[in-house]
Formats: sequence, structure tokens, C-alpha cells
Amino acid sequence: MRDGQPDPRRGIRRQALSLALAVAPFGLAFGVASTQAGLSWVQASGFSVLVFAGSAQFAAVEILGRGGSAAAAIAAGLLLNVRSLAFGLVMAPSLEGPRWKRAVWSQLMIDESTAVGSAQASPRWRRYGFVYTGVAIFIAWNISTAVGAVALGSSSTLITRAGIDAAVPAAFLALLWPRLASPDQRAVALGGAVAALALVPVAPAGVPVIAGGAVALAVAAWERR
Amino acid sequence: MTATAVLVVLAAGTYALKSAAPLLLGGRELPWLARLGALLPAGLLAALVVVSTFSQGHALHADARAIGLAAAAVALVARAPFWAVVLVAVAVTALARAI
Repeated sequence: MRDGQPDPRRGIRRQALSLALAVAPFGLAFGVASTQAGLSWVQASGFSVLVFAGSAQFAAVEILGRGGSAAAAIAAGLLLNVRSLAFGLVMAPSLEGPRWKRAVWSQLMIDESTAVGSAQASPRWRRYGFVYTGVAIFIAWNISTAVGAVALGSSSTLITRAGIDAAVPAAFLALLWPRLASPDQRAVALGGAVAALALVPVAPAGVPVIAGGAVALAVAAWERR
Repeated sequence: MTATAVLVVLAAGTYALKSAAPLLLGGRELPWLARLGALLPAGLLAALVVVSTFSQGHALHADARAIGLAAAAVALVARAPFWAVVLVAVAVTALARAI
């Protein structure tokens, strides 16, 4: 309150906690999807701790579960995460501190932490919003992944009968939804979907997904002419 | 084994992307990178939606999950929160299988 600006901490905490609650079902779904793809719960949790990027984790596990190559799974995941490089450029000026701190904060570079952080008025609160949201989501994401993999991932007939296998496509759709805001994003999404379906009968598993990324790269290159 | 290799390489590559700016680049302006960051997820996630719903091996096919996915789209149009979207898809798919 010193400088006449209202203290944004309460608002930041409320946003961070509601976002952490919102990612928990996705974490559960990721744990289940990992187990279905043949991963152990340790591997599932390894993804959530070390990769910590929801859509890339889902993409890699989905491709592995279909018998796709390691290269295809890694390529799809990394292409999805090119945006975290862009997030880094947005957040970097606010993330001042010793190198080891910046190294730790970097792991928290995800959509939600960047959204809350970059919405704040001053560098101090941008950093606070980024770190608070990132840590809250890291905790929720990892607990829910472990629960999904250990508790829900065991019985595959139960998963089919209860419709839990529909959670992954729905999660992809929900992740896609906010990225359909502009006409060119919608065009890329439509092109990516058509290209992927066209390649399913002929290409190895995983390649149809990468084709969706190739459509995006083609459109971006065309725009830059 | 493959899964662990993917985990290690994807984690290392992702961390490189996340940390490049905070550790090396600072806050440089690279607008084309922001464009790529906006377009790549749209294309990849759309491909993932259709592949995870409409394919089995090399065959295109539709089952109860397609109905669940349609219900999820309706929930998203109605601005339902993410957890509700997933729950609607799961419940509708289970219902369609039971009928």
C-alpha cells in the first residue's frame, strides 16, 4: 500500500489457487493416459516433474501409446513447447536475481504462470505472480498425476466402460480451445486436423500429429514472406 | 525403456526452451517467435484431437468417444470450466456405450 497501489497479493493467490484446481483433472487424466500407454507411475511422475508442460506431456504419451517412435514423441512435445521460449522472452525482464534462482524459475515457465505474472503492473509483482502461480500448479499437477497413475490407471476395462478414455481427446480439445481466438489460428487448426487425418492411414504413428505442427510452420513462413 | 528415453530428452529440450530467455537472452523482442508460439499449439493440438478420437492404428474410425468429444465442445461453447469439460466427455461417452 506504500506507493498508493493496492497490494495485488490476494488477487494473485486467488487466481493461482483456482488455476491449480483447474489443472488437477488434467493431471489425473495424464496419469491415467500414461498408465494406458504402458508407462509406470514413476515414469508418469517423471514427466510431470521434469518436463512440466501439460500439452507436450499428453502429446508424447499419446504417440508412445500408439507405438509411435521416440523421435516423433519428442518432436511433437518440443514443437508444442516452442511457445515457452516466447513466454521466457516476456517474463525475463521481471525475473531478476541470482543465476541459480533464474534457473529454478525457468522450470515454472508455463502458460498459466506467464498469464498471471505478465498481467501484473510492476516487475516485483510480475515475478511474484509468475512464481506463486507456477509453484501452485507444479504441486497440483504432480499430486494429480501420481493419483491418476496409481489409483485410476490400473483397470483398463473399467476405463473403457466408464468412458475415461474420452478424457484425453477432451483434454486436447480444452487445451486447443483458447488457441482458436484469431482467424489464422482457426485456419491452422483446421488445416492441421485435416492433414493429420489424411496421414493416419499411410504414415507411421506420431507423424500425423507432427503434420499439424508442419501446417503451423508453413503458415508462419508464408506470413513472413 | 523408450518412454524413459523420451522423458529424459523431452525434459532436457523443454528446459532449454523454458530457460533460454531468463538465463541467456534476456527480454529481447522476437515477434516471429511469438507468432510461432501462437500457431504451433493450434496445429498440433487440433491434430491430436482428431487422431486421438478418430483413429485406431492406421484405420480411421469413430466410436462413442466422438459423441463424448461433441459434448465436450458444447460444454466449451457454454464456457464450462476445464474440469467440467473433461467430466462431460467422460460421462457422455460412458452413457453412449451403455445404451
